Amino acid sequence: MNNLVILPIIIPFISGMIMVVFRKNITLQKWLGVIALLSTGFVAMMLMHQIKSEGIQSIQVGGWQAPFGITVVADMFAALLLVAAFLVALACFVYSFFTIGNDKEKHYYYPFFLFLMTGVNGSFLTGDMFNLFVFFEVMLISSYVLITLGGSKGQLRESFKYVLINVISSFLFLVALAYLYGVTGTLNMAHLSLRVAEAGQDGLLTTIAILFLIVFSLKAALLLFFWLPGSYSAPPTAVAAIFSALLTKVGIYAIFRVFTLIFYHEPQITHVLIGIMGALTMILGAIGAIAYWDIRKILAYNVIVSVGLIVAGLAAFTYSGLLGSIYYLIHDIIIKGLIFLIGGTVIALTGTAKLKEFSGLIRNHPYLGWMFFISALSLAGIPPLSGFVGKIFITRGTFEAELFWLGAIGFMTSLMVLYSVMKIFMNGFWGETNMSIEMEKGSTKRVILPIAFLTVLTIALGFGAEGIHDYVSIAVEGLLDPSIYIEAVFGNNPIP
Amino acid sequence: MRPNDILLHSVTKIATFIILTFSIYLFFAGHHNPGGGFIGGLATASVVVLLFLAFDVETVKKYLPLDFQLMTALGVLLAVLTGVGSFFFDAPFLSQTFDYFELPIFGEVELATAVLFDIGVAMAVIGTAVTIILSISEAD
Repeated sequence: MNNLVILPIIIPFISGMIMVVFRKNITLQKWLGVIALLSTGFVAMMLMHQIKSEGIQSIQVGGWQAPFGITVVADMFAALLLVAAFLVALACFVYSFFTIGNDKEKHYYYPFFLFLMTGVNGSFLTGDMFNLFVFFEVMLISSYVLITLGGSKGQLRESFKYVLINVISSFLFLVALAYLYGVTGTLNMAHLSLRVAEAGQDGLLTTIAILFLIVFSLKAALLLFFWLPGSYSAPPTAVAAIFSALLTKVGIYAIFRVFTLIFYHEPQITHVLIGIMGALTMILGAIGAIAYWDIRKILAYNVIVSVGLIVAGLAAFTYSGLLGSIYYLIHDIIIKGLIFLIGGTVIALTGTAKLKEFSGLIRNHPYLGWMFFISALSLAGIPPLSGFVGKIFITRGTFEAELFWLGAIGFMTSLMVLYSVMKIFMNGFWGETNMSIEMEKGSTKRVILPIAFLTVLTIALGFGAEGIHDYVSIAVEGLLDPSIYIEAVFGNNPIP
Repeated sequence: MRPNDILLHSVTKIATFIILTFSIYLFFAGHHNPGGGFIGGLATASVVVLLFLAFDVETVKKYLPLDFQLMTALGVLLAVLTGVGSFFFDAPFLSQTFDYFELPIFGEVELATAVLFDIGVAMAVIGTAVTIILSISEAD
C-alpha cells in the first residue's frame, strides 16, 4: 500500500475543483494551477525513485484486494510518462497565461486544463481496464471543452468531428470491454494477463485484441488518423500543444500496455499488424507533412509520423525496440509540445499560418528562430539532440526482429520530417524580412520563457540520455516480463 | 393574453413536497435497496426543474438562492475529500468505514462514510442537471 500512487490523479482534480469554486479569481487559479502541476511532478519523481529502489508501486483503492477492487499501479513506464507529461503541461500552462485571453479564462479554462491532466495521469496509472475507459472519458470530455472554448466557427466545425469520432471510438471501447469480460470474467489488467495466459490466446481473444487495437488506434491516430489534422488545427496554441503532446500518447500508452501485458501470445498476428499499421502511418503522415504549406497542418502531420515510429518499436518487440519506443515517447511528448508552441507563436506574430505569406522572421526574432531550428533537428533525430536515441534504438530493434522494411521506412520518413520542418524554417525564418516589428500582430516577449524551457529540456534529454538509461531500462524490463507487474498487483494474496 | 395556470401552481406546490420526500428516501435507501446518490440527486433535480416549469426562473431563483455551479464543485470536492480522509488513518485512498450509533429518535443507526461520498455525488448530480437546464433555457 502506498498512497503516493494516487496523488498524481487527485492533486490536479482537487485543485481544478477548487478553481471552479473560486471561478472569479483568475490570479488565484493561475497560482493554484502552477502549484498543483509542480506538486504532481514532484510526486511523480518521488515515485520514479521509489520504483527504482523498491519495485513497482501499487495501491488497492478502498482496501479491496486485487481482482475485486480497482488497482492503481505505478510502474516505471507510467512514472516516466507522468514526469514528461508534467513538464510539458507546466510549459503549456504558463504559455496560456499570456495568450489565452480573459474571455476563456473566465469560462473555466484553467480548471479544464487540470481535469485534462487528471484524465491523462489517471490513464497512465490505472491497473484496471474499465477504469482506463473512465479516465479516457475524463480526458476526452475535458478536451471537448478545451477544443470548443471560445466558440469560433472553425473550432465548432472541427470539434463536431472530433467529438463524433471519439464518441464512436469510446463506444467501441465499451463493446470491446464487454467482449473481454464475457470471455475472461475479469477486468483487472494483471488478472487478465494471467487468465489470457492460462486460457491461451485463441482466435476469439486475438479478435478482441484487434478490436482493442482499433479502438486505441482511433485515439492514438495510428493509421486511423483522418480526424487529427483538422482537430489539432482549430484550438488555441496552448491547447493544441497540450493535445498533440499528450492525447495521442495516452492512446499509444494503452496500446503498449495491452499488447505487452495482456495480448502478447500471438505476436505474429497482432504485433505484425501493429507494424504494418505503423509503417502506413509513417508514410501517409510524412506525405501529409511535406504536402502542405500551412504551418498548423505540417505540424499536425508530424504528430502522426511519430505515432507510427513509436509503435514500430512495439512491433519489433525486442529489448532495443521497446527501449527506443520509450525514449522516443518521452522525447516526443516534449518536442511536440515545444514545436506546437513555436508554431503557434509564429502564427500569432504574423497573423497567418500560410508559409508563403511571410519570411525573414529570424532578423527580428533570433531566439525564436534558433530554438525552432534546434527543435526541428531534434524532431528529425540529429545526434546530440533527444530524438536521436529513440530513433536509433527503434531502428536497431526492427533490424534485430528482421523487420528491415519497417526500419527502412522509419529512416526514410525521418528525412521527410526533416524536410517538412526545414521548409518552415527556410521559408518562414530566412529570406527577406517583409514584416517590421510594428507590423506584427503579437509579441514574443513573455511567451519565449516556456518555449526556452522546453528547448533546454530537449537538449538536456539528448545529452543526458545516459542519465535516465537506468530508469528506461527498468521500464523495458517491466514491459518484457509481465510477471513483475502481476506480482506487484497481487503480492502474496491468493489469485482466484 | 397570459393563460391562468393556477392549477399547475397548486399541483406543483404539493407535488414538489412529495417528490422531494421521495428523492430523500431514494438517497438513503441506496445502501440496502435500489437507490443512492445518483438517482436521489436526479430526483431532487427534477423537483427544481418542475419549479422552473411551473414558475418563472426569476421567482424560483429568488426563493431558492442556490448557486448550482458552485454546488457541483463542492459536491465533487466533498466526494474526493472523503477518499482523501483515509490518508490520515494510513488506509488506502477511498477506504470507507462505518459504525453503529445511538441517535435520539431513530434508535440504533448504522452511519457510514460512504454516505458522505454519496452526498457529494448527489450534490454534483443536482448541480449539473440544473445547470444544464438553466443554461439551455437562458440561451437566446
